[in-house]
Amino acid sequence: MRTLITVLGMATLALRRNVMRSALTTLGIVIGVAAVIAMMEIGQGSSAAVQATIQSMGADNVLVQPGTASSGGVSFGSGSVITLTPQDAEAIARDCPTIGAVAPVVRARTQVVFGNRNWVPLYIYGTTPSFLDVRDWQELEQGDAFTDRDVRNGSKVCLIGQTLKKELFGDLSPLGKEVRVQNVAFKVVGVLTRKGANMMGLDQDDILLAPWTTIKYRVSGSTLGNVNQSTGVKGDTSQQVNSLSQLYPGTSAALYPTPSATQAADTPQPVRFTNVDQILARATSTAEVPTAIKQVTRLLHERHRIKMGQADDFNIRDMAEMTKALASTSTLMMRLLLCVALISLVVGGVGIMNIMLVSVTERTREIGLRMAVGARAKDILRQFLVEAVLLCLLGGAVGIAVGRGGSALVALLLKWPTEASLPAVIAAVAVSATVGVVFGYYPAWKASRLDPIEALRYE
Amino acid sequence: MTLIRLNDVRKTYHLGELDVPVLKGVSLGIERGEMVALMGASGSGKSTLMNILGCLDRPTAGDYWLDGQEVGRLPGDARALVRNRKIGFVFQSFNLLTRTSAIDNVLMPLSYTNSDLPRREARRRAAELLQRVGLGDRLDHHPSQLSGGQQQRVAIARALVNNPPLLFADEPTGNLDSRTSKEMLELFQKINTEECITIILVTHDATVAGYARRTIRIHDGLIENGAFGAVA
Repeated sequence: MRTLITVLGMATLALRRNVMRSALTTLGIVIGVAAVIAMMEIGQGSSAAVQATIQSMGADNVLVQPGTASSGGVSFGSGSVITLTPQDAEAIARDCPTIGAVAPVVRARTQVVFGNRNWVPLYIYGTTPSFLDVRDWQELEQGDAFTDRDVRNGSKVCLIGQTLKKELFGDLSPLGKEVRVQNVAFKVVGVLTRKGANMMGLDQDDILLAPWTTIKYRVSGSTLGNVNQSTGVKGDTSQQVNSLSQLYPGTSAALYPTPSATQAADTPQPVRFTNVDQILARATSTAEVPTAIKQVTRLLHERHRIKMGQADDFNIRDMAEMTKALASTSTLMMRLLLCVALISLVVGGVGIMNIMLVSVTERTREIGLRMAVGARAKDILRQFLVEAVLLCLLGGAVGIAVGRGGSALVALLLKWPTEASLPAVIAAVAVSATVGVVFGYYPAWKASRLDPIEALRYE
Repeated sequence: MTLIRLNDVRKTYHLGELDVPVLKGVSLGIERGEMVALMGASGSGKSTLMNILGCLDRPTAGDYWLDGQEVGRLPGDARALVRNRKIGFVFQSFNLLTRTSAIDNVLMPLSYTNSDLPRREARRRAAELLQRVGLGDRLDHHPSQLSGGQQQRVAIARALVNNPPLLFADEPTGNLDSRTSKEMLELFQKINTEECITIILVTHDATVAGYARRTIRIHDGLIENGAFGAVA
């Protein structure tokens, strides 16, 4: 400890003896480190901005859909079995730590009418308020989102997208107006902000959002799922995809005689089974998507009692392509910045080595003297190495200050998003110390190899 | 008590194929507390002998006993330690660190001493030494603010900071005028008598040698006279 202080003191003394030269020597490192810091901060800021944009397109979304039913070798396609329940959605939200928000979705496709206008939106989604969190759509243009209470009550309220608003209302304010969806009147409580087309070019603003209970029981209430459940009959899966029920709208009449009290006691009613068409979830971050998928899969295996080796009754999708694109852009950008930074730091390091070599030649007599009074070769080596490292670290410190100042200036004047980056600071310090050691070693080694007799006579 | 004992020391330089013998069997002895002048013309091997005596160089053959220790065959780092603890150097051209205060110059050898001397104690000692050589009021002056004589005094203080038993002065008055030279040599005499520090003055000037009690003359790689003191 004491020797360290002594060596540091000696190095500062030596550097102070030639302040101007020390400052100019370290300029290369200052510029290099400042460039790294500024680039990293600006780069991270813009990369975060880009990431946020891509994320709002749904890069971190995970979509759980019911599985495929098949009968006699005939597959009925995705969504043909009814396996997902709103309770599944709640369980996912509760038990999967990597899932940030979950929304069950019940879909419908039908006409929406207001006054003398009508429109068939691309999406009529029955869901919960957390749908807006999942889709990163929390900001509303007007009004407020419906609440969980509305979902529980099956309230007839809805949110509409920009396209739907334009088609139905034109310039009118839709707030508080009632639109009819399959003869059910929904009060418009809010208008969504514009989101634009999704990756596939489909208009995401052509949407109507309502509590899933309302859509489920009031709008698409005549679907077979409900009918089957209300009767409590367990048919084979092919029955569930039968679309014959469309021929008998509103079949809520009992197909079988009402069971007697004894019968009821003997055959308890199966738990009322309500299904949703899909569950939309959002991972806490894009990087967590694979983990999130694993957790959801495990949870649903448990909840649906699917044994090992048994086929899943659901499937999970993510926006793998989108995340891949996102990841590759940001890593490419980072690597590019790193290359630039490395080059400038190497150039700075060469400058340090150059000046240290000059310094060793210039101080030959001093080295000879130090050896004469008892400095060992390793003392000399250490002294010059510490000088070089100290120079680099000082340069690094100044560089960090300059870089942060630069990025703050950029943020202030050009309004670019910047983001303070601790790893960049740590890396800059580590790299400048390494540069000091690497490029300071040769001059220091040269100094330590001097012969004291010759060094003392050096003119 | 013998401080230095050289036994048939030889030094041969190899210049390519050619072997150049510079010291051809030097034997000498110096007692503790002596003040000796080492004289010789240039090319006589005086500098080589001084380098060997100062542990800066190793003899090709022969023994060198310093303070009861054979130092002629020590490796570089061990010799550095010997130089640090046992030998003080004063050079013709002072060799002070530029832009460094007098006291920091004096403290410099201590940074290579593996001792637990606290910093304050070290500074006190350096200040005391500067006081003794007559620079008590110039502790914080830089070499550029000091005259030649004053610079040499700083160098002497630096040589003494580790309490060495042996002080080497290589042409200590070579860069000084005659009046300052006289002061300097009297200072050496004072140090020699008061501190009982052995002093070796390396010079080619008979006047300088006159301040020493004994003169060792070297000529052509051999001691001409004065190899051993009168009293053993």
